[in-house]
Amino acid sequence: MSVKYQRLGFRRAYGAFGTMLALFCAALAAAALLAILGYVVVQGIGAINWAFLTQLPHPVGVPGGGVGNGILGTIIVIGIATLMAVPVGLLTGIYLALFGRGAIPEALRFLSDVLSGVPSIAIGLFAYAVLVAPLKHFSAFSASFAFMMLMLPLLVRTSEQAIRSVPQTVREGALALGMSNFRATVFIVLPTARPAIITALLLAIARVTGETAPLLFTAFGSQFWEKNPNNPMAVLALQVFNYAISPYPNWQAQAWAGALLLVVAVLILSLGARLMLRNAMRGLDS
Amino acid sequence: MSTDTGFRRVARFVSPADRGFAAVVYGGSILFALLIVALFVELVIGAWPSIVAFGPSFIWKSSWDPITSKFGALPMIYGTVVTSFIGIALAAFVGIMAAVFLSDFAPRWLATPLSFLIELLAAVPSVVYGLWGLFVLSPFVRTTIGPALQHVLGWTPLFSGPIYGVGLLTAGIILALMIVPTVTAISRDVIAAIPRDLREASMALGATKWETATRVVLPAARVGIFGACILALGRALGETIAVTMVIGNRPQISASLFAPSYTLASVIANEFTEATTSIYISALIELGLILFVVSIVVNALARVMIWSVRGSR
Amino acid sequence: MRASLVRGLTTAAIVGALTLPAIAATQLTGAGSSFDYPFFSKAFYIYSQKNPDVTVNYQSIGSGGGIQQFTAKNVDFGATDVPMNAQELARAGQPVLQIPVALGGAAVAYNLPGVSQTIRLTRETIVDIYLGKVLKWNDPAIAKVNHGVNLPDMPIVVVHRSDGSGTSYIFTDFLSHVSGEWKSKVGTGKSVSWPAPSAVGAKGNEGVAGQIRSTPGAIGYVELAYVIENHMPAATLQNRAGKWVACTPENVAAAAASKPEVSATNFSIVDAPGANSYPVSGYSWVVVYKKPADAGRAKALYDVLSWLVGPSGQSNAKSVDYVPLPVNVQNAASATIRQMQR
Repeated sequence: MSVKYQRLGFRRAYGAFGTMLALFCAALAAAALLAILGYVVVQGIGAINWAFLTQLPHPVGVPGGGVGNGILGTIIVIGIATLMAVPVGLLTGIYLALFGRGAIPEALRFLSDVLSGVPSIAIGLFAYAVLVAPLKHFSAFSASFAFMMLMLPLLVRTSEQAIRSVPQTVREGALALGMSNFRATVFIVLPTARPAIITALLLAIARVTGETAPLLFTAFGSQFWEKNPNNPMAVLALQVFNYAISPYPNWQAQAWAGALLLVVAVLILSLGARLMLRNAMRGLDS
Repeated sequence: MSTDTGFRRVARFVSPADRGFAAVVYGGSILFALLIVALFVELVIGAWPSIVAFGPSFIWKSSWDPITSKFGALPMIYGTVVTSFIGIALAAFVGIMAAVFLSDFAPRWLATPLSFLIELLAAVPSVVYGLWGLFVLSPFVRTTIGPALQHVLGWTPLFSGPIYGVGLLTAGIILALMIVPTVTAISRDVIAAIPRDLREASMALGATKWETATRVVLPAARVGIFGACILALGRALGETIAVTMVIGNRPQISASLFAPSYTLASVIANEFTEATTSIYISALIELGLILFVVSIVVNALARVMIWSVRGSR
Repeated sequence: MRASLVRGLTTAAIVGALTLPAIAATQLTGAGSSFDYPFFSKAFYIYSQKNPDVTVNYQSIGSGGGIQQFTAKNVDFGATDVPMNAQELARAGQPVLQIPVALGGAAVAYNLPGVSQTIRLTRETIVDIYLGKVLKWNDPAIAKVNHGVNLPDMPIVVVHRSDGSGTSYIFTDFLSHVSGEWKSKVGTGKSVSWPAPSAVGAKGNEGVAGQIRSTPGAIGYVELAYVIENHMPAATLQNRAGKWVACTPENVAAAAASKPEVSATNFSIVDAPGANSYPVSGYSWVVVYKKPADAGRAKALYDVLSWLVGPSGQSNAKSVDYVPLPVNVQNAASATIRQMQR
C-alpha cells in the first residue's frame, strides 16, 4: 500500500469531513427513530381515550369502539408464552452453564442461535402445523406457542451467561456449607443471577409484544372479549395490521393509536430492562 | 470475564435430589432441542408434496398461478434478494459510519444517548414500521424520492417506469431502517474490541484520528463488521409484516426498483390462510422452508465471523 | 419487588387462563369473503346484542381462505362469493350446504386527481385495461365515451386482489363473459395471473380500496359497500343492453331480478340482460356442513343463519349498502338451512 505524502492541513480537513459524515450518519439513524416515534405519537394520541382502551371494536361504519379485547388478548397470549418459555429456557440455560463443554452443549448453543435467526413467519407455519391443523381450530394458545419459540433463544443464552457470571466463590461457598448442587443452584446461584434473567425476560417480552406475522394463522383475531386460549383471539398487533390496510379513516386512526400503544409498551419494557440491568451491575459491584 | 468452570468439577451429582435436578435440566434442554428439530421436520413434511411435484425447478420457475397449480418461487426470491440488498446497502453505510462515530469520535455524553436511541430503533415493532411505511414513506417515495431519482437516473432500467409508492425501493428503505441498529450495535462492539495499542501506534506514527479509524481500526475489525452486516441481512430476508405492507404484492420480476414485487415471507403472510388446494399450501410451506434454510446459512456465517473477532460471548 | 412484578404477571395470566370457560357463551367462528365483511360485521354485531349468549367471530380473509379453512374444519362456517365447485365439495368429504346470504356489486373504483365528473367505461375498455392494452387514462378508448372530461396523461395502475377472492372471481367472470381473449388467456378464478404490466396486488377488498385511495391513476374492483363507505368515485359501466349504469344497490337488484332462480351450481349473474342491470354483480354464499360436528354449536349456527337470511337479518343489508336478497332467494336459502341436522 503506497501512502502518498499529503499536506497535514489537507489530511486534517479530510478527517474533519469524515468525522462530520460519521456524525451525520449516527444522527440520521437517531433522527429516523425520532421521526417514526414522533409521527406515531402525533397521529395516534388523538384517538387514545378510555373507550379506545376498554371497548370492543365496532362494526364498519359505526364510529367509536376500541381495542380492549386486543389488549387483553396480547396479555393472555404473552402470559401463556412466558409460562412456557421460562422453564424451558431457564433449564436449557442452566444446562449450558453447568455442563457447558463438549459437542452437545456447543450444538445446543448453535441451535439456539439458529432459532434466533429464523423468520417469525416460518415459526408461525410451524405453530399452525402442530397446533392449528391437527386440532382443527385457530387458537390463542397456538400463538403463545409461536411466541414461546421466539422468546427462547434470548432466554437460553442470557440465562446461561447470567448463571456463569455468578462468581465461582459463591457456588463454592454454598457447596462448602454442605449444600447439594441442586440446592446451591436453586437457592444461591439462581437468585444471584435473577436480575439478569429478568432483564432477559423483559427483553424477550418486548420482542414478541409487537410481533404480528405468526398471528395471521394462529391467533387469527376476534371481535369479542375472548378469554379462552383455546379459541381465536384478538391481539393488538394483529388489529393494528388489519386496521392499517383498511380503507376506513376511522380504523386507520385506530391503527395509529394502537401502534402508539405498542410502541409505548415496547419502550417501557426495553427501558425497564436496561434500568434493571444497570441496578444489577451496581449491586454486583458493591 | 466469565468463569468457565461449571459445577461438575466442584462436585458430582450424587444425591437423589441432585440426580433429579440433573434429569430435569437435561429434560428441559432436550425439549428445547426437539422443538427446533421439529420445526425443521414439520417444514420439510409440509413442503414435501411441492418438493416432489416441482423438484428443484421450483427455485427458478417464475409462474405463480394458483388456477393451474403451477408454482415457481423465482419472483419471490428476486423480490426478497433485491429488497434485502437495498436494505443492507443503505444500512451498512449508515450503520458502520455511525458505529465509527460512536466508538472513536463521540464524546461520552453524546455517544451514550445516541447509541441508546439507535438501539431503541430495533425495539420498534415491525407492524409500526409497516404503518409508517404505508402512510408516510410510500407517498413520499411516490411524490418526492421517486421522481427525483427518476429525474437523475431515469435512463437506467432500475429507475424507469411508473412510480407506485409501494414497491421494491420503499420496502428496501424500510428494511434499512429496521436493520441499521443491528449493524450499528454489533459493529460498535467489534470496533471497541480492537486493542487500544493499535490506535495508539497509528496515532504515534502521525496518522490523524480519522485515518486511524478508517485505515487501521476498520480493516482490523472488517471480518466482524462484515459478520454484523450478514446478520442484519438475515433479519432483512425474513422480515414479514412491514414488507408485506409496502411491497405491492405482485409476483413479477421487474428491473425497475419502483415496481411492486413480492417477497418469500410476504407471500406466506398473504396467501397461507386462503390457499385452497393442498399443493398450493405445500408450495407456500416450501417458500417457508427456503426462507428457513437461507436464514440458517446466513446466521451461521454471521456468527462465525462475529465470534472470530469479538469472541462468542 | 422485581419478583413480585413477575409473580403478578404470572398470576394475571393464570387467572386469565382459568376463568374462561365460566363465562363461555357459544362462540361461532366464520371466515372468508371480504365482500361480505361489512354486512356480516354489522349483522353479527346486531345479533349478539339481541342474543348475548351467542357471538359470531367473522374474519375477513378472502373467499379462497374461507373455503380452505372450512374444509380444514378450522371454522364453523365459511363465506365465499363463489359456491364451492364439485372438486372442492369432494375435498370437504361430507355433505355441504351452500346458502346465498348477500347480494352485492363490485364497483370499478378509480383515483383520478382533478377529475370531478364520473368516468364512463365500456365493457371492452375494462377488459383492455386489465389485459394491459389500454395503458393511459387519456387513451382514445376512454376519451371516446367521456366527452368533456379532462382526462390526464397518466399511466393506469391496475389494482387487483393478492388473496384468493370471490370478488376477483365475479370480476374475472364478467371479463370472461365480455372477451374471448380474456377467457382463453387468463380465465375466471378466485386467483388469476394478472396480465397487465403495471399492476399492484392488495389484500382484501379493504386493501384494494386502500391502495386505490393512495395511488393516483389507480383503478380497481371493490365491493360496492367499501366504495360508498369511503366516498370513492366509481365508474359508470355500459351493460349488455348498452345502457350506462352506475354501481348502485338498485342496479345490482335489477341484475339479480333478471335471474330469479339461483343455485350453487348456477349462480352467475354477471353481464346480465336488462336495461338497469349492473354487469358486475353477484351473490355471496355461506357454506356449512349438513351435519356439523358439534351438536351444541349446530343449534346456534342454525339460529344465526336462519336469522341472517330472513327479513330481520337482511334488513341490515341496506344500512351498509348491500342489497337484500330477493324474497324468493330468501325462501330458498331458508329451505336449505332447514336441512341442517341440529
